[in-house]
Amino acid sequence: MATVDHSTSLLLGRLNWSAIPTDPIVLSTLIVVVLGGIAAVVGLTYFRLWGYLWKEWLTSVDHKKIGIMYIILALVMLVRGFADAIMMRLQQALAFNGSEGYLNAHHYDQIFTAHGVIMIFFVAMPFVTGLMNYVVPLQIGARDVSFPFLNNFSFWMTVGGAVLVMASLFVGEFAQTGWLAFPPLSGIGYSPWVGVDYYIWGLQIAGVGTTLSGINLLVTIIKMRAPGMTLMRMPIFTWTALCTNVLIVASFPVLTMTLILLTLDRYVGTNFFTNDLGGNAMMYINLIWIWGHPEVYILILPLFGVFSEVTSTFSGKRLFGYSSMVYATVCITILSYVVWLHHFFTMGSGASVNAFFGITTMIISVPTGAKIFNWLFTMYKGRVRFELPMMWTVAFMLTFTVGGMTGVLLAVPPADFVLHNSLFLVAHFHNVIIGGVLFGCFAAIAYWWPKAFGFKLNVFWGKVSFWSWVVGFWLAFMPLYILGLMGVTRRMRVFDDPDLRIWFILAALGAILIAVGIAAFFVQVAVSIWQRKDNPDLTGDPWGGRTLEWATSSPPPAYNFAFTPVVHDLDAWHDMKEVGQNRPKAAYLPIHMPRYTGTGVVLSALAALCGFALVWYIWWLAAVSFLGIIAVSIAHTFNYDRDYYVPVDEVESVEAARDRQLSGIGA
Amino acid sequence: MPKRFLPKLFAALGAVLLLSACKAEVLAPTGDIAAQQRDLLVISTLLMLIIIVPVMLLTCWFAWHFRSSNATASYQPNWSHSTKLELIIWAIPLLIVVTLGALTWVGTHLLDPYRPLARVSQTEPLSPDQPPLDVQVVALDWKWLFIYPEYGVAAVNELPVPVDRPIRFTLTSSSVMNAFYIPSMAGMIYAMPGMQTTLHGVFNAPGEYQGLASHYSGAGFSGMRFKAKVTDNAGFEAWIETARNGKVPLDRKAYLELERPTENVRPAAYTSVDPQLFARVVNMCVEEGKICMAEMMAIDAQGGSGLAGTVNMSSLIYDKHERRGMREPVFGWEPFKVVGFCSMEELDQMLAAKPASSGVTPIQSGPLRGHGMPQPVTPFGGLEDRYLTLMQQSFGNVQQL
Repeated sequence: MATVDHSTSLLLGRLNWSAIPTDPIVLSTLIVVVLGGIAAVVGLTYFRLWGYLWKEWLTSVDHKKIGIMYIILALVMLVRGFADAIMMRLQQALAFNGSEGYLNAHHYDQIFTAHGVIMIFFVAMPFVTGLMNYVVPLQIGARDVSFPFLNNFSFWMTVGGAVLVMASLFVGEFAQTGWLAFPPLSGIGYSPWVGVDYYIWGLQIAGVGTTLSGINLLVTIIKMRAPGMTLMRMPIFTWTALCTNVLIVASFPVLTMTLILLTLDRYVGTNFFTNDLGGNAMMYINLIWIWGHPEVYILILPLFGVFSEVTSTFSGKRLFGYSSMVYATVCITILSYVVWLHHFFTMGSGASVNAFFGITTMIISVPTGAKIFNWLFTMYKGRVRFELPMMWTVAFMLTFTVGGMTGVLLAVPPADFVLHNSLFLVAHFHNVIIGGVLFGCFAAIAYWWPKAFGFKLNVFWGKVSFWSWVVGFWLAFMPLYILGLMGVTRRMRVFDDPDLRIWFILAALGAILIAVGIAAFFVQVAVSIWQRKDNPDLTGDPWGGRTLEWATSSPPPAYNFAFTPVVHDLDAWHDMKEVGQNRPKAAYLPIHMPRYTGTGVVLSALAALCGFALVWYIWWLAAVSFLGIIAVSIAHTFNYDRDYYVPVDEVESVEAARDRQLSGIGA
Repeated sequence: MPKRFLPKLFAALGAVLLLSACKAEVLAPTGDIAAQQRDLLVISTLLMLIIIVPVMLLTCWFAWHFRSSNATASYQPNWSHSTKLELIIWAIPLLIVVTLGALTWVGTHLLDPYRPLARVSQTEPLSPDQPPLDVQVVALDWKWLFIYPEYGVAAVNELPVPVDRPIRFTLTSSSVMNAFYIPSMAGMIYAMPGMQTTLHGVFNAPGEYQGLASHYSGAGFSGMRFKAKVTDNAGFEAWIETARNGKVPLDRKAYLELERPTENVRPAAYTSVDPQLFARVVNMCVEEGKICMAEMMAIDAQGGSGLAGTVNMSSLIYDKHERRGMREPVFGWEPFKVVGFCSMEELDQMLAAKPASSGVTPIQSGPLRGHGMPQPVTPFGGLEDRYLTLMQQSFGNVQQL
């Protein structure tokens, strides 16, 4: 970046014309995004949707709408993250025989960093948070989460972080450090421009959202369960959500603190992670992985819950070994804190330290293995219906076991010494994250879609998406395992051995198949909405569900349940159906509900602005927006109009409509 | 014609894949250490397959057999617990992990990169009068510097070594973290600025092997490759001779010039090397008159130089400005240099200090014991087979306990 102008001005900090990228790829993306943005604004204005959007969605504190918005965010960012992925695949397939490929180092290094950051923080995290947000209150028979406004605020902070990361594409640059920004490379000396600052502030702002949402859901699960739902009667998804949020609350502060220390190094010249004056980069690597390893389980645990629900529902059978499933989840939660060092066996720790962390890592595979067996025996003596969610689950079980095996392999330190930082490692974590987290998200979307929108997803396009994803995944990542065994390491931009090329071409073909899978998913959603009259779910219980979310209508009323359900058994809704319990239809009471507020949107916009100002050293703007955050927060506390009661006649009319719907189909 | 074409295409593709898969260096290494690492990799894969294969088969079988259209399969919607099954599904993975854990503990100690080699190869024991070849490795932006202190020569992006002679690498880096990796020899280890790591390895067959940087280090990372040229002893001596007859010496000034970022650097050799160079790189004091880290630590260990010291030496900036177009933190100190104040004799003494592992004599086995402990007596004698050696050594120790 010899062309960067480092001079600073009082008004704009170090922001100047050299910040606008001249790279034709980025520039054309910028033009497409700007045109798309203009089209969206024009469309919204033309159809007069601004008011609807603001009143019904953006300011909503309804956990269901927030959950859906989280998943929309995840899907949008998935497209961005995937665009990065396919550019990398293309570059690596091209850069042989003396060719430099089509990406220079500055661009390519940003792409692999952005790919990792976006996929973990802005795809996988919003996906799981969105799922938990939507499903947990319904499953525990609550009307909303404990702190509805906080929920809205958390969501918008996540969006704020995402906006900042996206802005880096068009104004300045993103970090060129790898997704964890290891110092000294991420220090001011070696990354002098704005890339790492975008990384820091994007993650800090989103991190506030994640931590608060973790606290919110944790309190919700502990305090707001329906009467009779003891801990050991909680649905298994809620259990995994509980453990996930414990992990979030306990580990995200570590990330926040680590990034603060890096920020101090970069902005005020402290020496926590520098080479000299007593700084130690190894400390950063330890700290970031103390967050980073639990993070892996934050991502996968809720999806383990999804697979449990799906397997049990579509096998028409109780979940096998519920309590062993719960204990396995808790074991994983605790053990996930004592394995972080396996991410850097090669950093020169002694043999005993390496062996200790290798063995603890292997121990985690025991409860995970127990879970796989439990799903197996849930299918055993069941009646397995191969609807879309179940297809994703079986694909998960076959794919994830392979990823688990290579994971244990990497936990053996001597084996890690030859495979660390290789494409084998890259293949491993994609194997568990795509095969586990992403397959689980698609299973969850197919499973809960009818609940959220009142109609099922189109099966044909769902199957196209499913097969493209599964075949595409295997085609894209098995070559990487082989390349890893050939001694090829990650983050390489150019190769000299022509024999490797065929594998990179295969992997690129796999990535193209995955692109088909993503496209087919969006087609599936569009077709399903278009033909929503053909696949309606009038019962509220389209799959023969077993947990409380299926007891209410699809989509559920804003207040979820007219009467808080009383739980007598583990599979509460299944139990109600068994004993033929009728829905109470009279003596409704007014329902206490939180009121929508726009404060979350305002706060997040100010926070993103503050982040942007800090990235570019525009100190006056940073100060103004920070004071703005404080002022708006204080002003919000004087807003006493925070709740309202849904009057009895409104409840009556909603419930009567549901009665007509149910009697119309003879249920 | 199209019908004929397709099978041919697939056959050709298959042949290409097979051929290139033969180059799986990690699975077919030539160095003894890498071979033992490979063995451990294979053993643990096989161990895990004991459970993975049945699970995958059962998944397919259960999913197929209990499909809803199969009315003949039994259906028990409330069957959800079996203590016996639970015992099995927890115990079998646990047993495998116990086995794997034992292997891991032993293997990790045996193949610790800091551990001096106990043998030259599977068949050849170590001769006691043959000391390991010392190679000092510096990861630069973006090339590798190899210093041969025994011969007083150095090479860039090229590592000539003799076959069947144990090599002791001591590694550091000049700027950011990096990792040194020769897949055929002995796995990888990080090279870090201001710190020193060690890796022991050996090549057991002559040839050219790829070596690379495996930890991302910035723009020139992809081109940071070198060839390990393994020849017989005579070939190595000949190379040393050629290098000595070269023209360019590697003194501190030349090093500072070499240290600047360059990409895709061609191999080169240096005729002589400043004997203190590596120690100075580790201590971040190659520049003339700069205080060495060891010196500063020694001062600190004696209580530091008090409040006056903060004025005298408040900042030591090693991250030089010219290197990557650097800037200092916007609110930070102005950088300035601190001059060392040890006497020349003291400095020489300090920088001549040998790496910690240099005096350690190799030991034959005893993975559960530290260096220098007597070798446990085993009733099995000196068997050659690697798979057995791992196990027997651990049994040998158990008996001693």
